[in-house]
Amino acid sequence: MSPVSRGFHGRRREAPAGRVPPGQYVTEDFPVLSAGPTPHTALANWTFSIAGGGVSKSWTWDEFRALPTDDVTVDIHCVTRWSKLDTHWQGVSLDTLLDQVEHDGEYVLPFCDGGYTTNLPIADVTGGQAWVAFGYEGEPLDPEHGGPARLLVPHLYFWKSAKWVRGLRLSETDEPGFWETYGYHMYGDPWREQRYAGD
Amino acid sequence: MAGTAVRRRLTWQLGTVGSLTDETAAVRTIALDVPDWPGHRAGQHLDVRLTAEDGYRAERSYSIASAPGEPVEITVERLGDGEVSPYLTEELRAGDQLELRGPIGGYFVWDPADGGPLMLLAGGSGIVPLRAILRHRERTGSAVPVRLLYSSRSWEDVIYRDELDALGDGVEVIHTLTRRQPPGWTGYARRVDTHMLAEVAWPAGQAPLAYACGPTSFVEAVAGGLVGLGYPPQRVKTERFGATGDR
Repeated sequence: MSPVSRGFHGRRREAPAGRVPPGQYVTEDFPVLSAGPTPHTALANWTFSIAGGGVSKSWTWDEFRALPTDDVTVDIHCVTRWSKLDTHWQGVSLDTLLDQVEHDGEYVLPFCDGGYTTNLPIADVTGGQAWVAFGYEGEPLDPEHGGPARLLVPHLYFWKSAKWVRGLRLSETDEPGFWETYGYHMYGDPWREQRYAGD
Repeated sequence: MAGTAVRRRLTWQLGTVGSLTDETAAVRTIALDVPDWPGHRAGQHLDVRLTAEDGYRAERSYSIASAPGEPVEITVERLGDGEVSPYLTEELRAGDQLELRGPIGGYFVWDPADGGPLMLLAGGSGIVPLRAILRHRERTGSAVPVRLLYSSRSWEDVIYRDELDALGDGVEVIHTLTRRQPPGWTGYARRVDTHMLAEVAWPAGQAPLAYACGPTSFVEAVAGGLVGLGYPPQRVKTERFGATGDR
């Protein structure tokens, strides 16, 4: 039971019911949180790969952009407590990418320019739940927001939506990624407020 | 990028507010007595949770301003449209209880064993975790040389001004004042740009370790600038706060 903070009334905001997870507030901004400099990889040198578990498949940028794309409108939730509603993205479904390889992995570890990684169950990135997004609000995705392409897994905290993604490593085991190693939650469900290990 | 942090459950605990220090007109340092604090590393942050009488809650993260081994301090900038920062900087009194948990984060941290030379870059209240690093260096007697490039709007907005003035040997503090400068100011008077970085930053050949913290536009400019000067990206650690924040 939390003690009442003397003199605190809060500044509650109008938010559509059922859209904002506990502990989050709605922002109109698109804040940027990254642990290092923003990488700038030329599209000519960009590939997207799926590797691990005997799988090896790679797409060039042109091959990747020739794949069917989805336009998706989703709410996103950052562990630093901002949520942004009705964001519009364009991307390739991970179903489309994973359908092109034979695999029996249980987990994926996206890998990225800059060395970032994070861990996700396969079950959370298939079935129309995850994309490699290259467009945001009708424009190419800005480098500071993860362009040329980032993962988009909107039902988990946004650190799982790895920026500057270059591929997926398939794994049988759930290995912690970058922030997970530093104490963030292995799964990261915003609706259960799984911010840190043990939440 | 593997870390060695111990994964343990972060539980909420109660701290008692001790001294409150006004750093500038909009920035206050809050010292906290936290009986069960597990200790922290220089550069980590903590979460604060406020609860209204009807049970409504608001949580925010704040960088820890004190060095490892010192009592916990946070330094909070009041944001006009914020929800938590106005409470912490205007309403909170000595003796109040504050719910918090931490420490959090383990990447944007420095220990003497990490070496240097250290290139610290702060935009506004981005100085807070860097102050913890500077204090940690002093307290441990580290001889790692430091340059701090600190961008503020005006001299009155410089946080920890006297403390930064009094730093000992081996620390150079370079200010830039982007909006207003006192009469006779001979220092930098513009936003940090590549030219300024080239003049101020340790040459890449000295294998410096850089920490940049501030608003997104500041961090994007300085981190990209350092990489352009030859700093390997993995030697440039960053912490950004959003466009307007909303703390």
